[in-house]
Amino acid sequence: MRSLVGFLGQRLLRAIVALWLVSTVVFVVMRLSGDPVPLLLPPDAPRSEYERVARDLGLDRPLPVQYTVFIGNILRGDFGRSIHFREPAWRVVMGYLPASVQLALTAFGLALLVAVPVGLLSAVKRNSPLDHVAMGAALIGQSAPVFFLGILFILLFSLKAGWFPTSGRGGWEHLVLPALTLGAFAMASIARLTRSAVLEVLRQDYVRTARAKGLAELAVVLKHTLKNAALPVVTITALQFGTLLGGSVVTETVFAWPGIGRLAIQSIYNRDYPIVQCTVFLSAVAFIVINFTVDLFYGLLDPRARPR
Amino acid sequence: MASSIPAPVPAEAIAGLAAPERGGAGARRTRQLVMAGGLFILALVVVALAAPWLAPQDPTRQSLRGRLAAPTLEGADGKAHLLGTDHLGRDILSRVIWGARVSLLVGFAAVVVGGLIGATLGLVAGYRGGSMDNAIMTIADAQLAFPFILLAIGIIAVLGPSFPTLIVVIGLSGWMSYARVLRSQVLVLRSREFVDAIHALGGSVGRVVTRHILPNVLSSLVVIATLELARSIVAEATLSFLGLGVQPPTPSWGGMVQEGREYLDSAWWISTFPGLVLMLTSLVVSRTGDWLRDLLDPTLRGE
Repeated sequence: MRSLVGFLGQRLLRAIVALWLVSTVVFVVMRLSGDPVPLLLPPDAPRSEYERVARDLGLDRPLPVQYTVFIGNILRGDFGRSIHFREPAWRVVMGYLPASVQLALTAFGLALLVAVPVGLLSAVKRNSPLDHVAMGAALIGQSAPVFFLGILFILLFSLKAGWFPTSGRGGWEHLVLPALTLGAFAMASIARLTRSAVLEVLRQDYVRTARAKGLAELAVVLKHTLKNAALPVVTITALQFGTLLGGSVVTETVFAWPGIGRLAIQSIYNRDYPIVQCTVFLSAVAFIVINFTVDLFYGLLDPRARPR
Repeated sequence: MASSIPAPVPAEAIAGLAAPERGGAGARRTRQLVMAGGLFILALVVVALAAPWLAPQDPTRQSLRGRLAAPTLEGADGKAHLLGTDHLGRDILSRVIWGARVSLLVGFAAVVVGGLIGATLGLVAGYRGGSMDNAIMTIADAQLAFPFILLAIGIIAVLGPSFPTLIVVIGLSGWMSYARVLRSQVLVLRSREFVDAIHALGGSVGRVVTRHILPNVLSSLVVIATLELARSIVAEATLSFLGLGVQPPTPSWGGMVQEGREYLDSAWWISTFPGLVLMLTSLVVSRTGDWLRDLLDPTLRGE
């Protein structure tokens, strides 16, 4: 038990250091990327006006001071005021967050819903046409560039077939293509992994025993295989959720989805530092928390994985 | 190994899990597949190098009369446009051929940058261990936690889009897989008796690394480099698609998909052909990496 606590402590420490590194890099990159003050002022604004705005934003102080203030503010959840929207960055980002969460959860749910049964069937019906088609599709889904997948879906299912709208957020029909695009990689990875995990378990002695004692194949698969194959699948699934966060930047841009990924891109063009810092920080926190949770669950589910 | 709990493994490393092949026949087939994949990459390199002679037309020559022509053997300007023309009347086939140059140039260069950084850090982390190891792995964790696209955009916004920037950004985003794999392999190798023996005989650390450790991990490096090549090519295309990579009028596959977006309804071929070529390239190169791993280093599969 003590080693488990030590292990978690070490993981937690790493997560905190990772967060600190991420925020420091964000600070450095954004401060290097140009002066935001001219963007806020009319081109003919006098020098005094420029200095007033710079002072308001704290940009006239030395960099180490700005950095200390920045870290202190983050700890209090204060990311400053958006330069473009003229309200607190945190509030702006929170306004865009629901759309992103909705898209990510739908993509993830869709991926799981399709991938686990397909992977299971592929393993049970190994080398059948179904297996070949499914795994071929999974290979393509794993290597296809997200942005082109989105363009292809728009071309085929929205412009040619007319089933779904091309962009924007609205009813469920707006959600289908972006969710498929964003979830494609996760779907493909989870399907392939489920297949190999199930195949691995089907080779085990206890499965042979279960078959030998006359259990129906379905019972063998459902009772003896699924649970034992779940562990690697759970791990990869959770990690896939983390990578979804990165993919949402591209997906949201392709489909004009009003989420934080698209907001981040637009804010970078606007040099709206506070918003960028807030979105990047939020994604990093989400990713690190997910990884940390996966590690934790892995240790709980599989005693062998605990450090001795 | 610090722990047996899997750290965030890059998805590429997991991909190979699905195809366990054993025995002589399987290995022979894998070898043939690797050869086929290698030939594809070689063909791509040849196309890229020979672009000026292979491309039927100048990729930047505009033609107002020949705008938005569907794939045709005889266009309005009297020339064949096998893949059609874009909104400025430029020949898509020629642009796709020239686009291979950009993809491969950025792809290979980024692999070299990432590989050098990652291999060095992985060797140091594995060989020195201790706080050095901890620091390097923590940075790797932090970077894996950082959405790559945002990092890339941030840096490119500062330095402006250019070939060197693109190469460094994509290369820097991919050093972690080399470092992770090398570190774990060096950790194992370092505790072997032959390393102690060399030290006892007065061999320097540099000698151990270059003469004994590197040859042992070379096959892992080649596998990761192939997978990274696929990732780098897609990354370049993605950045060019977002307008942050290769700037017009230089043809790049990602940029072409972006240019055709507005005309998707009326002239689908502008986006579709470069996109399909990109998709095929990404698929074949990453599969070649998987097959190479099965062939050279089956232990990597379960990482």
